[in-house]
Amino acid sequence: MDDSVIIKIERLAKRFPVGTGEFTALHNISLTFQKGEFTGLVGPSGSGKTTLLNIIGTLDYPSEGEVEVVGRSVKGLTHKQAAYLRNYNIGFIFQTYNLLQVYTVFENIEFALLLQNHTAAQRKKAVMEALDWVGLTDKFNSKPSQLSGGECQRVAIARAMVKRPLLVLADEPSANLDAKNSHNIVQMMKRLNKELNTTFIFATHDEKVMHYLDRIITLRDGAVDEDRLILTRENQLLC
Amino acid sequence: MIRFLFKGIIKDKSRSLLPIIVVSLGVMLMVVMFCWIHGIMGESLRLNANFNTGHLKVMTRAYAKDADQMPNDLAILRVDNQLKELKTAYPNLDWVKRIRFGGLIDFPDSNGETRAQGPVVGWALDLFSPESKESLRFNLERSLVLGKLPAKPGEALISDLFATKFHIKPGEKFTLFGTTMDGGMAFKNLIVSGSIRFGSASLDRGAVIADISDVQLALAMDDAAGEILAFFNSNRYDNEQASAAALAFNQKLKSIKDEYAPVMITLREQSGMADFIDYVDAIGSVMIIVFMVAMSIVLWNAGLLGGLRRYNEFGIRLAMGEDKDHIYKTLIYEAVFIGTIGSVLGTTFGLLIAWYLQTVGIDISGIMKNSSLLMPSVARAEITPTAWYIGFIPGLISVVLGNALSGIGIYKRQTAQLFKELEA
Repeated sequence: MDDSVIIKIERLAKRFPVGTGEFTALHNISLTFQKGEFTGLVGPSGSGKTTLLNIIGTLDYPSEGEVEVVGRSVKGLTHKQAAYLRNYNIGFIFQTYNLLQVYTVFENIEFALLLQNHTAAQRKKAVMEALDWVGLTDKFNSKPSQLSGGECQRVAIARAMVKRPLLVLADEPSANLDAKNSHNIVQMMKRLNKELNTTFIFATHDEKVMHYLDRIITLRDGAVDEDRLILTRENQLLC
Repeated sequence: MIRFLFKGIIKDKSRSLLPIIVVSLGVMLMVVMFCWIHGIMGESLRLNANFNTGHLKVMTRAYAKDADQMPNDLAILRVDNQLKELKTAYPNLDWVKRIRFGGLIDFPDSNGETRAQGPVVGWALDLFSPESKESLRFNLERSLVLGKLPAKPGEALISDLFATKFHIKPGEKFTLFGTTMDGGMAFKNLIVSGSIRFGSASLDRGAVIADISDVQLALAMDDAAGEILAFFNSNRYDNEQASAAALAFNQKLKSIKDEYAPVMITLREQSGMADFIDYVDAIGSVMIIVFMVAMSIVLWNAGLLGGLRRYNEFGIRLAMGEDKDHIYKTLIYEAVFIGTIGSVLGTTFGLLIAWYLQTVGIDISGIMKNSSLLMPSVARAEITPTAWYIGFIPGLISVVLGNALSGIGIYKRQTAQLFKELEA
């Protein structure tokens, strides 16, 4: 695989058993993602965005076809190997933030590094740096319940970014946020995309997010309907 | 990582407080029940040993066959010599001679006519030797209701129930009617030194306790006794040692065909005590198993509910790159941690309650009124060394088993499914 290619998908199909039959969620998907992309998977509900994101994130396996993520074929991975791949290369951002409520902001972000066996000093430095990226250094000791929705999503971004992954997968990251916070969050991710050259792939149907995307892949009924590169005004400003 | 998970357990009350309370309560109940049953069973065993069986008993073979009928015509002769030999051969045991007898006691009025009369079961004990522990074994001092313990030959104790019923006071004379060793009629005048209440209905109905020298004289059993009993110095029955002693003793006399030859019998071999001892031993194991199964089901369910609630957390951890095996392992570590804390707390509280029940006890004389069983009137718990750790076995196993079973859900569900639930 070309060094600049981070994800390569060929003739991917995903089927789920439904009763005695099968439901085809994805079929004949072939896509390539370059390092540093800021791409969105868009399309109506049920078009297969999340399923594709799950397969790229090694949370699910293809029924057919080949998917390579960071040079590793997803198909033959054991759950241990898949976990390793996620641990070192992939960060996730969720619609509902999914922070661990009993832990502080610092501990939520630190958890990603604990899995990589960093020392306490290394963890502290990295977490504070990640908090600085998202502008929440003063909230390091707060609990998620003490934060606003926008702040929670910023913590989730810091958690995804703290281990400096090559790839961040964000499933509807702005769905629970108001317009102002949505813009802030996406701008923040765009900035990190540029500064750290991290690849971002979104599953979204939020118009506000789409304004910032470099590439929009439209899915419809489990297949790629359109794949287009965009250079938006916001992109130009940020670039 | 361990510190991180530890923080999570401490901060998430539903992961720590609820299971700890469940385990603590279960372990506490277990410890209290264990001590309680052991206390009652142990006390019964001690009561039987002290009053009836000893830890070992030597009788003639003929006497042993019908020991329940107290056949003193088949008693051991030259008993003092026999006792001396036994004391030399088994110095780690306290050997005593006893006569159990049945008879009638008669209290005369001022004219010498019968005022009160009743059947009695009697114990002839060594009450006067300075080294004798028989008074202690029968707990005479504490069982005394009126009067004093016999201080000289010719004095005897009678049961308080009898004394109350017939208005007998200490100092009154009575005549003991019985059967001599040779089958003749026996009469012996004795003085009531005091009345006693053992708290056991079967003993209190009509008991007479007199010094063995008086009874030997009354029943013409000079240098004879029905039984020679032995007690371990620790006062705890040790079946292994007792069996070894009995086997060695009986083996030596195996070739003698005389039915008056002595035979040594362990506590376990007497009066159905084998079943009783087995029952005492088995009850502990049964309790552990029952408790463990019940607790495991409770904690399994608690674990399942907790697990369902924690799918969110598991989903996040999986997404972060933690693998399923590690998550499962941490669940087990958590269970060990929770189980240990719960067991420590449960054992502590359980022992405190057991200690209270051991010290104060519960008066069950009301329900034992008509019982013929040799049971104590105050039921007490007994804290044995086992009680200190017995709760840990089910306490730990049930939590670990509960978490292990509920944790299987992590493997059963597809990662993506956990994720969908995470997004729901």
